[in-house]
Amino acid sequence: MIKSNYNTRKRKFIDFTVKILSSLAAFIGIFFLLWILFTVFQRGFHALNTDFFTKLPTPPGLGGGGVINAITGTTIITLMATVIGVPIGVMTGVYLSEYGNKSKFGSIVRFTINLTIGVPSIVVGLFVYALIVIPTGSFSAWAGAIAQAIIMLPVVARTSEDMLNLVPNELREAALAIGMPKWLTILKIVFKSSKSGIITGVLLAVARVSGETAPLLFTVMNSQFWMKSLNEPIANLTVTIYNYAMSPFDDWRQIAWGASFLITMVVLLLNIIARIIVRETK
Amino acid sequence: MDAEPKISVRGLNFFYGQHQALYDNNIDIAPRKVTAVIGPSGCGKSTHLRVYNRIFELYKDQRAEGKVLLDNGDIFSSEINILELRRKVGMIFQKPTPFPMSIFENVAYGIRLHYSLDKKEIARRVEEALKGAALWDEVKDILNKPGMALSGGQQQRLCVARAIAVEPEILLMDEPTSAIDPVATVKIEELIGTLKKKFTIVIVTHNMQQASRVSDYTAFFYKGKIVEFDKTRKIFTNPAQKKTEEYITGRFG
Repeated sequence: MIKSNYNTRKRKFIDFTVKILSSLAAFIGIFFLLWILFTVFQRGFHALNTDFFTKLPTPPGLGGGGVINAITGTTIITLMATVIGVPIGVMTGVYLSEYGNKSKFGSIVRFTINLTIGVPSIVVGLFVYALIVIPTGSFSAWAGAIAQAIIMLPVVARTSEDMLNLVPNELREAALAIGMPKWLTILKIVFKSSKSGIITGVLLAVARVSGETAPLLFTVMNSQFWMKSLNEPIANLTVTIYNYAMSPFDDWRQIAWGASFLITMVVLLLNIIARIIVRETK
Repeated sequence: MDAEPKISVRGLNFFYGQHQALYDNNIDIAPRKVTAVIGPSGCGKSTHLRVYNRIFELYKDQRAEGKVLLDNGDIFSSEINILELRRKVGMIFQKPTPFPMSIFENVAYGIRLHYSLDKKEIARRVEEALKGAALWDEVKDILNKPGMALSGGQQQRLCVARAIAVEPEILLMDEPTSAIDPVATVKIEELIGTLKKKFTIVIVTHNMQQASRVSDYTAFFYKGKIVEFDKTRKIFTNPAQKKTEEYITGRFG
């Protein structure tokens, strides 16, 4: 009886300690996140004015000026990367889930994808630099889009595969059983069931690459001007942040904070949209 | 058996990878009758059924050997169009599996897949199929609602409607009532009684009362072999094999 009392107290104590420690860890995690968000908001918010969204950059010290070219540039690069990376990524997911599920090639592909997800983005940037920038002799929007697409591809492929795997096999069988060909079953039944999950994965991948700087440093570089073609360096937000934040000029650093705030908001928005889609389908 | 068999199975063996699941199955399925397949869990009932429409081929490690003749034509012949085979041999699964689309589209999809018809004719056939599945009165005002919105029993009848809409000749039912409630089960069983006027039905069931209620013939499976196959009344009143008697009297399984 006495022993059992002792055990109960000990058990309650351990329970309490673990609860406190894990709550503390959770608090530390969220504390730094909120701090980042708060700082970016505080420093960046008042940098956002009409000029910021409508004017081209000005030389340091002159004041005013904006990053409309970089906003346009980042949008274009991200869209190009999405157009290149998402279809290949989704189709890879389809292959892994629907065709090469247990095949040898399938497991090689899956392994490679998991490996690629872990490759630092600066390595992808260097790779594209060697592959495209050096042979063509120029930084370009294309090179940046390809670098970002390479980063997106494995993320989209893996989430697509995971989402497609969630579709019960009974549903595939039911479709095949009324004489539906396999490709149509995938297109009309399997995709439709996993649509929201795949869209969510794509949104998160877009959110992730839109904030990447490293793959753009060696591929698109940056520019102070309007872009004339996709074959030249073009302005973009993340490299602008990198350049401006490092500069000794107050007005440039101010714009860097503004651009940071803008990107953070876009990423946040994409995440919120993804969450809403997930909730709607539940 | 009086008429030509609808399906004749000869020397059917089945493998999951290295593991053999069916051993030398031989059976003749009578047209427009209900044949029940009974036996303990894991005895190969479902496996056997899933050969008839070659649905097992979705999985690469599954393999069938032997002959399955549908109206005297080998279903494994290279001349068989698999999509046409599956139109002829419909299947109802254990869990109701409505497609992620409206009630109407669930039924119309298969019709459009196999026949080029105008809208009016498709709507007519959808109605006919839903009536055939005894579901029309319950859904006629909500045809645009998703199939998933129906109750489990209604979903299963929707699956029946979807299957009969493409005008099959055979309906395979793989434990069609094991995931739905008793009231819905009675409806499905009544439906089977009506459907057999038009279709040849093979039903796998765990429920021996169900087998004796709905079927004309019963096959008893044990460890991948067909132990006994006869008229249902004979199987349940005077089985020839000791194993069958032990099973139907509940001594194992």
